[in-house]
Amino acid sequence: MIDIQGLQFSYGESDFSLQVPELAVARGETVAIVGPSGSGKTTLLNLIAGNAIPRSGTVNTNGEEVSGLHDAARRSFRIANIGLVFQEFELLEYLNVLDNILLPYRINRALTLDSDVRGRAAALAEQVGIADKLQRYANHLSQGEKQRVAVVRALVVRPPLLLADEPTGNLDPVNKERVLDILLEYAENNNATLITVTHDHDILHRFQRVIDFKHYYA
Amino acid sequence: MRDVLYLAWRYLVYNRLKTVILVTSITLIIYLPVGLNVVVEQSGEHLTARAEATPLLVGAKGSPLELALNSLYFSLDFPELTDYSEVTAITDSELATAIPLYVRFRSRSQPIVGTSLDYFEFRDFEFASGRPMAVLGECVVGAVAAETLGVGIGDAVTSSPETVFNLAGVYPLRMKVAGVLAKTYTSDDEAIFVDVKTAWIIQGLGHGHQDLASPDAAASVLDRSDDNIVANAALVQYNEITADNADTFHFHGDLSGYPLTAVVAVPDDEKSGVILRGRYADEDANSQIVRPVTVIDELLDTILTIQQFIVAAVIIVGLATVATAALVFMLSLRLRRREIDTMLKIGGSRPRVASMLLAEVAIVIVLSAMLASVITLLTWRFGPGIIESFVLA
Repeated sequence: MIDIQGLQFSYGESDFSLQVPELAVARGETVAIVGPSGSGKTTLLNLIAGNAIPRSGTVNTNGEEVSGLHDAARRSFRIANIGLVFQEFELLEYLNVLDNILLPYRINRALTLDSDVRGRAAALAEQVGIADKLQRYANHLSQGEKQRVAVVRALVVRPPLLLADEPTGNLDPVNKERVLDILLEYAENNNATLITVTHDHDILHRFQRVIDFKHYYA
Repeated sequence: MRDVLYLAWRYLVYNRLKTVILVTSITLIIYLPVGLNVVVEQSGEHLTARAEATPLLVGAKGSPLELALNSLYFSLDFPELTDYSEVTAITDSELATAIPLYVRFRSRSQPIVGTSLDYFEFRDFEFASGRPMAVLGECVVGAVAAETLGVGIGDAVTSSPETVFNLAGVYPLRMKVAGVLAKTYTSDDEAIFVDVKTAWIIQGLGHGHQDLASPDAAASVLDRSDDNIVANAALVQYNEITADNADTFHFHGDLSGYPLTAVVAVPDDEKSGVILRGRYADEDANSQIVRPVTVIDELLDTILTIQQFIVAAVIIVGLATVATAALVFMLSLRLRRREIDTMLKIGGSRPRVASMLLAEVAIVIVLSAMLASVITLLTWRFGPGIIESFVLA
């Protein structure tokens, strides 16, 4: 699913440098990445998603050399193949819950919004317990509800790869478990790969593999 | 494209206060110069048409503008008064038809125009109902005046006192409606036409009262000599001219000295008009003759100059507004950096995200243009009336 070879990355003139000689993640595997702040965990997610381009080396995601694609193709690939979940939810305040969920279909021509998609969005909302809040705006939701909306937005395109950057970082224990359940259940039921960056060692036992990132940065 | 417009629309609806302020500002910037132009052009056409249909006006020396505005559009301010001898003089010259005008009184907000039946022929009036006034105390009302006052044939209209608190001033006179004019789409529609003598009665220059020889009036008589009877204020004066009291109405003194606001002179031909104008060329004369079209052209030139100043000011304000709107847009882009980054991170295409932001601007401009068009249409429909009433007030 993901094959990284000889990856080197740095931000301009800064001292930070990420080096990943080799990393492979299989389809359907669930991986937690831990490590100190500034070790490059989020940068790795960005490199896998194609939001950052490596200085050298290759990142092969779902059979595609993402860094080799031109910008538009990379975005189309990403929106159709990768579901992204952020710690701060990143919902658009001027859209209601349903429109936030359907956002990927409105911002890239690679996806088509039709009745099947709307049905799927409604079903996912029902599944995660926000079906009665589809017409609400994000600022009228609790933290847990916001993250569930963000997760549904990532899942609605049925991506084979889920990248979650500290998805439980802002949640209370109940909502933390709930969001993890949703992500892991999706990965299991759809044979999807889940890579989660986290600082929370209490949840590591729920992943098939844990990568300590302190080995990868210089 | 539909998705882009949808997202842009949702943003504008959510931030509705900001949107309303932007739309209002841009609407005003589009509307002000366009609307002003429409108003001035239409008012100009309207004012000029009426002036062109009135060849010459004779009045007392004074403001030609007041003379023209009062005689053509029955404005509230009346000019220096001339007198009826001017009518006689023009008629005797055999150069023109002279039509007296005495536009001084009102019935509520409608002007009462004291004139002669020649005015009806001159303006080519048609009657919606009824007939011209035939006796003292009768009136003919214009189409809009009839509607405003809610009167028809057989009803009465009452002149308004010039001042409420002046007990010695003009007393209200009830006048019977003899006819209602068909619409002319000119200021005649607003007017109540009476014979000039009826207008003088409104002023109190002519009056009707109890017969001083009758026993009922004896108590009111203060002094009686061979050719003069003096009565006190208890004597009953009539405020309506009826068949029963019409004979008692009379005028004191020489009618040629009775006041008029103007005389419309309709020359028999161009040469007669030139000769007539020549007769008023003497700077020492007490009267003046004016060509209304010249006066109105001068007024429009003044309005046009003011309009150019206003348009220049609006353009400067407009540029400032556009610059401010651009600044607001750029600042809002900075505030929305995170939202834009999120869309790009999850795979939004750059052209689509940029289109969404541009669509917000486009929607604001289109909404403003539509609103400005609607207001301009309303201005086109109602503006000239408003500006005329403003100019004539």
